[in-house]
Amino acid sequence: MHKTRNFLFNLYFGLFLLYLFLPLAIMGGAAFNNNKLPSVYPWKGFTMTWFQQLLADQVMWTSFRNTILVALAVVVIAVPIGAAAAILINSISGRVRAALYGLMVAPILMPGAVIGISTLLFWNKASIPPGLHLSVLGQVSYIAAFVMLLVLARLQSFDSSLEEAALDLGASHAQVVRRILLPHLYPALGAGAAIAFFQSIENFNVTLFTRGTSNTLTVYVFSKVRSGITPTINALALLLILMTLVMATVYEVRRRRLAKVEAAREAEGRRAAALEEL
Amino acid sequence: MEDLFRRYGHTLTFAFMALVAFWLLALVILPNLTLFEASFRPYLPVTEIGGPKDTYSLDNYAKFLRNPSPWNVFGIELQAPLNVKTFLSTIFYSTIATFITFALSYPLAYYLAKVVQPKSLPTMILLLFIPLWVSEALRAFAWYIILTFNGPLNAVLVGIGLLEKPIRWQQGVLTGYDAVVIGLVYSYVLFMMFPIYGSIQSLDRNQIEASEDLGAKWWQTHWRVILPHAKPGIASGSVMVFMLSAGSLLVPSVLGSTNSNWFTQTIQQWMLESQDWNTGAAYSFLYILLCTVVVALAMWLFKVKLSDIAK
Repeated sequence: MHKTRNFLFNLYFGLFLLYLFLPLAIMGGAAFNNNKLPSVYPWKGFTMTWFQQLLADQVMWTSFRNTILVALAVVVIAVPIGAAAAILINSISGRVRAALYGLMVAPILMPGAVIGISTLLFWNKASIPPGLHLSVLGQVSYIAAFVMLLVLARLQSFDSSLEEAALDLGASHAQVVRRILLPHLYPALGAGAAIAFFQSIENFNVTLFTRGTSNTLTVYVFSKVRSGITPTINALALLLILMTLVMATVYEVRRRRLAKVEAAREAEGRRAAALEEL
Repeated sequence: MEDLFRRYGHTLTFAFMALVAFWLLALVILPNLTLFEASFRPYLPVTEIGGPKDTYSLDNYAKFLRNPSPWNVFGIELQAPLNVKTFLSTIFYSTIATFITFALSYPLAYYLAKVVQPKSLPTMILLLFIPLWVSEALRAFAWYIILTFNGPLNAVLVGIGLLEKPIRWQQGVLTGYDAVVIGLVYSYVLFMMFPIYGSIQSLDRNQIEASEDLGAKWWQTHWRVILPHAKPGIASGSVMVFMLSAGSLLVPSVLGSTNSNWFTQTIQQWMLESQDWNTGAAYSFLYILLCTVVVALAMWLFKVKLSDIAK
């Protein structure tokens, strides 16, 4: 009974992975097809032309640079805001807390297009023209909420009596933050920064309405996909997928090595305990 | 609050408050108020803004009800304004996409949470995360390649004799929105899977075993024990997938056809093509209303708190 069940479950998992990866493989494969349209079928022979065209495309490089700059700016603004918001909300309770919390997470649930449009209209009223700076502000409005949630979760395990002790022993407020609060929050801040960076790179909806005439990579990909479409976009897709795969592999290898070290240490501990008993 | 002052002193506490105030006021509240205010103003050339014609009215919202056109709902011929039709279709097909992602995710979430060996779990989760890191534009584009008229799907189906001649998938087979729903499900299925996985994981395995020992059939165990426990995860996943689907602009633009308009596309036309930001604002406000209703509905239906949904 359990055997059949497990077999079916494993089969389902396998099919699900196939469902997730096959479309990506087909898209990547089309990058090598010597066909003017992006497709794997009909196959017209192997070519590297699309990669050469892609790397020679100046617009792509500008978009790439813009994407990175926007993402860095978002990290720099959203992480402090999110951390401050978490510290603030952690110290209050009752209705005010519920209201503030609702206000803070609302942008996560709001459609990106609406965030983009409201940002555009508001800053336009203040005579600030659209451009990537508005994209940054629009993205921060919801990405800060992700950072807030991560930091808030981390604060639950924070022992605030440590701060009391430091204050009693004569530490200044700045020292309390630098030496006690921040070190405890580092993992959450790091995770928040990573999420903020990737969310920003991924973002399309907010950017489309606020960008003015500048391009980011997602907007560039979108305009390519909609207009002329040549397989250069598949070449770009393949490069991005490969980058993701490399990152994932590095992460996995490191995780396994750490797990192995951990297991070895545990085994050694058991051996030592056994020797002691003798 | 006094606690903060005592711990971090005045300067730092004020700095924290200033950061939060900037976020909530300048990035969230005021932009939305501006949007709301602009939605009642007419679209005018720059020189006439603030002039006698610049008065508040509901004209922009009235545009929503203009242009009645025939609409075939499951064989019944109706007359409905074009934008209303688009709005309702967006809600309907986003709901369909939400249900499909749930059906696909639930077995997988249960498998990862309760069946798999804990040792291989991190690798499996990493594998699932990889496609999530690939940009949404590219994931929609991948399906565009698969579904095109001269694409691999038609070639395979005709090749094995399942189809006599290729199909225009993007025009739709069952409905005009087939390709869009396929793309939405593919793009957002993991936003349903991970919350459900998280909530099933916290279920004590003993409860499942107790239910089995007491003679429950496997589907009874799921229906009476596991599903109720997974409720917060299902609520969170459903709201996420619905909002992402209804708010998606990439998927419908890449995979849609002329007879599958999405409401985000309507807004985009007003904003970027007609440059009529006021009507765009009015339509955006309708989206905010929809969003509020959906979240409230999910909280009421699943009896969960907002903090369970936004995680």
